Amino acid sequence: MEKDKQTMEESTENSKIIVEEKKRELVVPGEIVSSGSAFLPGENTQKEGDEIIATRFGLLDKEGRLVKVIPLSGIYLPRMGNIVIGKVEDITFNGWLMNINSPYKAFLPISECQGFIRKGEDLSTIFAIGDMVIAQVIAVKAKGVDLTTRDRGLHKIDNGLTMTINSSKVPRVIGKQGSMVSMIKQETGCNIVVGQNGVVWIRGDEIEKELLAKEAINLITEKSFTDGLTDKVQAFLESKRK
Amino acid sequence: MEISELTKRRILDYLEKGKRFDGRSPLEYRDISIELDYSKNAEGSARVKVGDTEVVAGVKLSVGKPYTDSPNSGVLVTTTELSPMASERFEPGPPAIFSVELARIVDRGIRESGFIDFEKLSVKEGELVWMINLDIYPINDGGNLIDVSAIAAVAALSEAVLPKLEGDKVLFGELTTKKLPLTDKMPLSLTFYKIGKHFVLDPTTEEEDASEARLTLAISTDKKEDFINALQKGGEDPFTIEETNTIIDNAFKMHKKLKELFNKEMKKK
Amino acid sequence: MTYTKRFDGRKFDEMREIEAKVGVIPRADGSAYFAFGDTKAIAAVYGPRPLHPVFLQNPEKGIIRVYYDMLSFSVNERKKPGPARRSMEISYVTKKALEPIINLSAFPNTVTDVFINVIQANASTRCAGINAASMALAQAGIPMTDLVGAVSVGFVGGAIATDVIKEEEDYEEDGEKMVSDIAMAFLLRSQKLSLLQLDGKIDSENLKKAIEAAKKACAKIYEVQKKALKETK
Repeated sequence: MEKDKQTMEESTENSKIIVEEKKRELVVPGEIVSSGSAFLPGENTQKEGDEIIATRFGLLDKEGRLVKVIPLSGIYLPRMGNIVIGKVEDITFNGWLMNINSPYKAFLPISECQGFIRKGEDLSTIFAIGDMVIAQVIAVKAKGVDLTTRDRGLHKIDNGLTMTINSSKVPRVIGKQGSMVSMIKQETGCNIVVGQNGVVWIRGDEIEKELLAKEAINLITEKSFTDGLTDKVQAFLESKRK
Repeated sequence: MEISELTKRRILDYLEKGKRFDGRSPLEYRDISIELDYSKNAEGSARVKVGDTEVVAGVKLSVGKPYTDSPNSGVLVTTTELSPMASERFEPGPPAIFSVELARIVDRGIRESGFIDFEKLSVKEGELVWMINLDIYPINDGGNLIDVSAIAAVAALSEAVLPKLEGDKVLFGELTTKKLPLTDKMPLSLTFYKIGKHFVLDPTTEEEDASEARLTLAISTDKKEDFINALQKGGEDPFTIEETNTIIDNAFKMHKKLKELFNKEMKKK
Repeated sequence: MTYTKRFDGRKFDEMREIEAKVGVIPRADGSAYFAFGDTKAIAAVYGPRPLHPVFLQNPEKGIIRVYYDMLSFSVNERKKPGPARRSMEISYVTKKALEPIINLSAFPNTVTDVFINVIQANASTRCAGINAASMALAQAGIPMTDLVGAVSVGFVGGAIATDVIKEEEDYEEDGEKMVSDIAMAFLLRSQKLSLLQLDGKIDSENLKKAIEAAKKACAKIYEVQKKALKETK
């Protein structure tokens, strides 16, 4: 604990790396991650008497006075505002039921669909069963979520391929301020949309480029807790340049 | 989430170029690894991994009355259990039809090939014969459960040893040095999956989802000649006669390759 | 005391060699393998996932279901595939052993399924199963406040023996069975018992000693589970 404080006060590049590496410790549920009042319990931790324990398997993260655990696994829990990629599973009289890779069903009402829909129009002409759609979560209710496709960038996908990764790995695939996914886009020339729910859409002008992007993403999900991941992925993509 | 129509189209597009997502050629198998004697209370067992797919098979031997129409013959009963641990698509409860189909396909291949010398399993004619319980358990479904199960089945049988027999009582846990009487007519199954107008062997789960039909052939060799011992068509779409003939020709070619891979793995033991 | 030297030469407070591995079933959300010597079990976790039929759903939190089974050839005399009463009971007590540390309040109306299969049996199968399930649940990202460790302690011919094997379970003196087999599971950090089963004939003093022996053994199991999880790729 004392050591942490020390390294955090140093301002050289070196110590920043040390702090980051120290932060990346894997912890198991029930493990004591801090004691006393130095830290406050953040996500996936809780106070047990005088100590804070991890309540999920993942990477320990200490930022300021907050200690939390970044999960590496687990199902997707939809949150307001999340951009997700879902699959149409059923069509009702007033909208589409979607599978968003979560135990909770998602519903896209006609009212939240872009464009004007005539009364009695066959909804399957807009989105058919099996279609993949980029949408946004606008409401989270007890038994499910509501989606919208009203904004820019929200639409049916009609080309390329999709892949599914664990939603916990999405932040790593996107990277700080989108740096990781931008790098993959640049190196492969593909358009990539990473849904918060772990479904990823890749579209390139050649299948080979799409598969390369897919491989890079798989590399990230496999090595998601190593540092210097951006460099590793860059090196991998460079090695594949013809 | 099951693969999207988009990805299915991409799989098909790529196959048009003769390629697959993981870089294999259409009739190429993933890496095969076989571990023998995986479960020591079985009289024979094997754990087979082909890529991500893992299947465990075990042989338990006992004695009992033969069937009345074959008083001199041992008995083989093959069961498969699709444990829900292997896939989110398998549900707990009574066997799903694929589970029954899988066991019967593997069973037919073994039975019809003459791999097991059933006559040598007779202890007392008309009264006592050896009964073989071959139980197959997929542990991880990464695609191609039929072929992998067939490999696990023959590997477990190849390794099986008879336990001691005292009169009509089996002394479980006490093994003899006598192996299960087998011939060299070992069957292997090759299941061709149809995707569009193309055929692939050893599909991944994605490829299975993208396919509309499959054809399994169990093939064994008798005096250097290959024979088909069992056929099973599955899936929704029908095959043309031309497609069927193409598959048959490819099956004989690929059987040789698969057998080589199998023997190579078994020799390592 | 007639049992003075263990059949396999172990010390009385010594467990068999433990092996633990996480992520053995890639398709599952979480999975693990645990072995006490030649008792081997694997566990797979799927969920939280939708639960049907609807009347089984709990609107306040997710539920867990446990399915324990043994492969037919895991035992000397073949076990017929399919649910047996013994497996049903073990599934139930395993669920009870794991439930106290699982928190599914964030996942109402869902189910998390735990499947346990015994690959090879030489006593302590339910304990191996619980150890595998504990790691599998953690790997699956299930919110948990602890890990669970389980071990069987026997009272064999007057001696407390940690991690009994089949031979010890069948120990007899003058044709009379002289064994008590006690299966226990501990919430490893809080050191509370969540599984306690016994069959045999034992006095209170020795039962307390057996519980202490289990607690000691589970401390070691905790280290093994932690290590296996932290070594996940």
